[in-house]
Amino acid sequence: MTTLAPEPTGVSRAPMIAFIFKKALISALVALVLFSLMIGIRTEAGPTGQLIYWTRFGDLAAMVAIVFGGSIVMELLRHWWGPVGTVRIMPPSAQNALALLRRAVAPILLIFTVLVPVIFYDQRYILDLGILVLTYVMLGWGLNVVVGLAGLLDLGYVAFYAVGAYSYALLATNFGLSFWICLPLAGILAALWGVMLGFPVLRLRGDYLAIVTLAFGEIIRLVIINWESLTGGPNGVSGIPRPTLFGIPLTPGDDGLAARLGIEFSPTHRIVFLFYLILALALLTNWVTIRLRRLPIGRAWEALREDEVACRALGINTTTTKLTAFATGAMFGGFAGAFFATRQGFISPESFTFQESALVLAIVVLGGMGSQLGVALAALGMIGGFELFRGLEQYRMLVFGIAMVLLMIWRPRGLIGHRAPTLFLKQAQAISSDLAGEGRG
Amino acid sequence: MSADCILMVDHLSMRFGGIVAVNDLSFDAERRKITALIGPNGAGKTTVFNCITGFYKPTAGTMRIAHETGAEIRLERLNDFRISKQARVARTFQNIRLFPGMTVLENLMVAQHNALMLASGLTFLGLIGAPSWRSAEKRAIDQAKLWLERIALLDRADDAAGNLPYGDQRRLEIARAMCTEPVLLCLDEPAAGLNRRESAALSELLLSIRADHGSSILLIEHDMSVVMEISDRVVVMDYGQKIAEGAPRDVRDDPKVIAAYLGADEQEAIAVMESGT
Repeated sequence: MTTLAPEPTGVSRAPMIAFIFKKALISALVALVLFSLMIGIRTEAGPTGQLIYWTRFGDLAAMVAIVFGGSIVMELLRHWWGPVGTVRIMPPSAQNALALLRRAVAPILLIFTVLVPVIFYDQRYILDLGILVLTYVMLGWGLNVVVGLAGLLDLGYVAFYAVGAYSYALLATNFGLSFWICLPLAGILAALWGVMLGFPVLRLRGDYLAIVTLAFGEIIRLVIINWESLTGGPNGVSGIPRPTLFGIPLTPGDDGLAARLGIEFSPTHRIVFLFYLILALALLTNWVTIRLRRLPIGRAWEALREDEVACRALGINTTTTKLTAFATGAMFGGFAGAFFATRQGFISPESFTFQESALVLAIVVLGGMGSQLGVALAALGMIGGFELFRGLEQYRMLVFGIAMVLLMIWRPRGLIGHRAPTLFLKQAQAISSDLAGEGRG
Repeated sequence: MSADCILMVDHLSMRFGGIVAVNDLSFDAERRKITALIGPNGAGKTTVFNCITGFYKPTAGTMRIAHETGAEIRLERLNDFRISKQARVARTFQNIRLFPGMTVLENLMVAQHNALMLASGLTFLGLIGAPSWRSAEKRAIDQAKLWLERIALLDRADDAAGNLPYGDQRRLEIARAMCTEPVLLCLDEPAAGLNRRESAALSELLLSIRADHGSSILLIEHDMSVVMEISDRVVVMDYGQKIAEGAPRDVRDDPKVIAAYLGADEQEAIAVMESGT
């Protein structure tokens, strides 16, 4: 029997390689035809108006070679990363190693993150970057509830970030409330705004919902700019109190943390404290989201993304289900906003433009809608990548655009293209995102 | 009607602009019985279903559900999700509407949403993992397992619903509807696309649902073998109106019904029948 049954991977690998070569050859041929005139022959008007031309066959050959090689690389990557069910050229041992690595990514990442302030204690730049990345991880996880789980496309997420930031800034500067009282208040206020946004847009679906949420984000920003008596208008709010360690300020004074612990004061203490604060907030977001997914409300969110009509037929109140998704996502955005305000010490409407919404949404989409790990990786890649390519200056956006296009070609459902079931009888099986709905409303 | 009825539809009409989809339709469905609604394509059967299950607001008429407690609920006054939640009417769809990206088990858990929502203390008790929530969740899983066993899908509980074969998806949708613990189960063409063996299994399942759960079933079906085998009463519709009603055998021999199905008028149908016998 075994001799009759062909070894599946061995047999299917050979035609696959032939296929890739064929495809690469065709690409190279197309490139040759296209570039032979564009690059191979250069024409210009001469000094007396006549046409002069010269050939650049070297450049042409290089271009065609790049297309040929690139095409092979792209196909190979596509087969390694491709959706479940395609024949993979990679040997099984490498696949097993990859699977193991994939499972270890989250714990390794978490341990590394916890150790970042220890390892990079002297490098303020890295600590600041870490705080920035974690802020976006948290925002991504918050938006993931709305977009990834409930399938409601929200383009105005920055509005809740702004509400949270201004809530803390105004409550702290006007009433002298401490950060730890303002943090839940900022979350509640943002959630309230989430519900207020949710009510009028509940009937809208898909593109229409996206447009209204986009407008909502802009409205909040314009209100902040124009309501000068309250928000200070374009000048923003300054002198926002720094957070304290449950009442103990992180200042060089006698009542500061350093003096109490009997260690020498260093401004890095505050940065490290902020780092762990945002890490704790982000992990709280993650924990709550994972918990919610396993509760009826979380399952209802995902069911809503899959099929709203079926939800209604099962007696699920789609209105409150959508509103809770909006409110939960907004609450986390509010927390992140309060943290942003206390970290910066100064906020202005410029920090809450549409670009922020787009960035957070890009993180969620790139990460793989609904996947917590994917969102964290995408935030790290996007925000970290922005910094990494700072040297490229104006080409930075170009590089990013290309990277995103390539990623969407290879992984159209995001970095983590699987949905993990919320409960199981025997064995949890990852569900390919091709089956899961993207949400239409 | 003196019989114990669960659903009473009176003078139901549904118009879409100038088109009259359902015209002054009245019928009853008896408790713990299987009532079939049949008729040629476009007769308005699914429109009736959509009215009963709250997806359409009827233009005129009343639909009442009588619970065993004696409470009577006017369906036309409830909107979408309340029909399932309060009137306890569950339905399936002509084109299957499962949650394809969720597992089979998750599909059945979503169906128990309202009960579980209460048990989880509107999420707050569940978030802190209260023991009462844990036991409620366990009961819900047991309930889901029970149904999976009945539809013979227990070994596929952890598979994505969208990966199931067509016949299994049909049965899963029925099980999901039953997980809402309805008093009336409305099935829109449950045997569509099933082979002979699968539709026989479906008939058995529906009969056992009626016997074991005391559920009443309202059924739209084109597969006459299923209709004749399991239904206690048949209502025939054509052009939005009721043209016949009665026991399956009587309806089958009714010349009006045959005329409607063959697209001929009544006299011709009688002629055809007489020449045939």
